[in-house]
Amino acid sequence: MSLTLFNVIAAVIIAIAFAALNAAYLVLAERRGAGRIQRRPGPNVNGPFGILQPPADGLKLMAKQLVIPGGADKALFMVAPVLAMVPAIMSFVTIPFSELIIARSMNIGVLMIFAFASLGALAILIGGWGSRNKYGVMAAVRAVSQNISYEVPMLITVITIVMISGTMDLKELVHDQAGGFWQWNIWPFHKGLYNILMPVSFLIFFICSLAETNRAPFDLGEAESELVAGFHMEYGSMGFGLFFMGEYANIVIGACLTTILFLGGWGCPFGLFPGVWWFLLKIYLLIFTFIWIRWTFPRTTIYGLLNLSWKILVPISLFNLLLTAGLLKVF
Amino acid sequence: MSVPIHIQPDETFILNVGPQHPATHGVLRVKMEMDGEYIVKAETVLGYIHRMHEKMGENRTYPKVLPNLSRLDYLGALGYTHGHVLAVERAAGIEVPERAEYIRVITVELNRIASHLFWFGAFIMDLGGFTPLMYAIEDREYILDMLEAVTGSRLTYCYHRFGGLYNDIDDDFIAAAKAYIPRQRKSLKKYAALVTGNIILQKRLKEIGPISQEMCRKYGASGPVARGSGLNFDVRRNEPYSVYSEFDFDIPVYHECDSFARYMVRMDEMEQSLRIVEQALEKLPDGPIMPKKKPKLIKPPVGDYYQAVETARGSFGIRIVSDGTKNAYRFKLRSPTYSNMHMFDEACEGMLIMDALALMGSLDLVIPEIDR
Repeated sequence: MSLTLFNVIAAVIIAIAFAALNAAYLVLAERRGAGRIQRRPGPNVNGPFGILQPPADGLKLMAKQLVIPGGADKALFMVAPVLAMVPAIMSFVTIPFSELIIARSMNIGVLMIFAFASLGALAILIGGWGSRNKYGVMAAVRAVSQNISYEVPMLITVITIVMISGTMDLKELVHDQAGGFWQWNIWPFHKGLYNILMPVSFLIFFICSLAETNRAPFDLGEAESELVAGFHMEYGSMGFGLFFMGEYANIVIGACLTTILFLGGWGCPFGLFPGVWWFLLKIYLLIFTFIWIRWTFPRTTIYGLLNLSWKILVPISLFNLLLTAGLLKVF
Repeated sequence: MSVPIHIQPDETFILNVGPQHPATHGVLRVKMEMDGEYIVKAETVLGYIHRMHEKMGENRTYPKVLPNLSRLDYLGALGYTHGHVLAVERAAGIEVPERAEYIRVITVELNRIASHLFWFGAFIMDLGGFTPLMYAIEDREYILDMLEAVTGSRLTYCYHRFGGLYNDIDDDFIAAAKAYIPRQRKSLKKYAALVTGNIILQKRLKEIGPISQEMCRKYGASGPVARGSGLNFDVRRNEPYSVYSEFDFDIPVYHECDSFARYMVRMDEMEQSLRIVEQALEKLPDGPIMPKKKPKLIKPPVGDYYQAVETARGSFGIRIVSDGTKNAYRFKLRSPTYSNMHMFDEACEGMLIMDALALMGSLDLVIPEIDR
């Protein structure tokens, strides 16, 4: 693909549009889903099925004044929401939705996405710190320790996948799993390795992506019953809106990554009609699971969360890495 | 940046939880001295909605105070009016027809279930699970509809009268209550399966928030909080009032002293209340709901009267000192949550803020009842 100016602009616009649209409509999906789970209708007044609710919410947020609390660090306070949203949009650039629908194919796609995903923690940290609120600072510290401890098992799991496939290119990762659902990385049959820990490794990755996006039951950075709203407590207007959209964009990224790494990307489970529709079907199923989990479980404690990561997820993923390396050597 | 940040020498900071904070369920303020996430010292500050109900009890005639009593605890209001009418009836020597007492027990127990259901939902919401609240409120709605039909209100009831009741229950109420009991049993089973068994919930409640028996005795705790610490005390059985001695029901007691024990006590109490309602509906006698002879103006003879009742939150005591006039000379309310809440200061020392607020949720605080 030739990298003309037009291509770059088009890619950026499409990435922003996709991220923003997804973020806006996932909020609606979440609220409708929560309504279903809680036996109430959810937002259903504005337009059929409430589809005009997100634009209405967006207009309301934009119309509000952005109040900067006295004593807050102005620069950090303003930068944090932008920092929450921009890396999420950037990550969409390398994600292959199908053979053709990809903005920029890179041979280090996995690395780039994780580099940008780590910036999300920074946004929370400076948002909480910059608003000069005790609840905000406590939430920021929590969220950062959570993000750091969950990135470790997540990356170890990704290294396992990269070792099996021998590539960091997201497109190549999908090609590697082509053929049918038994060829996906989630199953132990892939490439004849018979690594029985692969489903566990998928579970670890899924739990980590839940924790990375600060979703319930790991939403310790928000924890509305203790820290009120946590790191975005002082944010109103689009400052809050960007944090919110960033969260949902991160959910989409998490679902995309899980699909690409474990579920065969745009490949069909039965080898028929591979294409973008399979990819979308898979990510939205995963996103629905995210929503489902959020409205089912109570919140974990901070020590329970860190114990889960360091005492259970890290050892298992390390063991899996070792096992995979051994199996690769043997076969 | 322009404001200098003072770092205290001992490196702790003061966190003001409340008066407006989602976890306090009202206008309670807790001044917490924090060391990171750990609480070094906590101090509860009261008085944000003090309305002088006790003083009003001394300025107004006895019937005029009756509506005040349902403004104490808006979730289990009938239990409090029940205490007041029993105290005044004892003081003035008013006979109560048996049917009226049975109906009082039915409504009070239904109100207790409604209160526990709301607590259940709000407590799980404190722990971060939002969905059970909706299910609990749906169940509670059935009780409120039933009570609305006979009492005329949904939250701050003024249904009990000196000597009897404001309104008799009809066949619709009895049919609705009989249909409600199996329905509620079914949803209690559902709660046990979906919420009580949840591993995150158990990890967050078991062996966390210890309140020892000694502490309960020291602070005068009562109700589910004391019964979760192994104190087998319930006014309904230990000092039977009304017609409670005629029913067969258990007092759930747990000895673990943790938040989970208090949770389990309330969950089991709902089942026991259902049993009482079931038996009361079965045995419900016919007859009037107000006595034939009742003094027009209530003037209890000179004396000191006390009546304790078991409300949804614990034992509620009401002391009336009469000087023979139509107003009480002294009107003292002993509200259960006031005692229960004060244990929080001592119990939460050294705990993480998350666990401390779970402990606070398990105490089932209703702030208007503490402040009165």
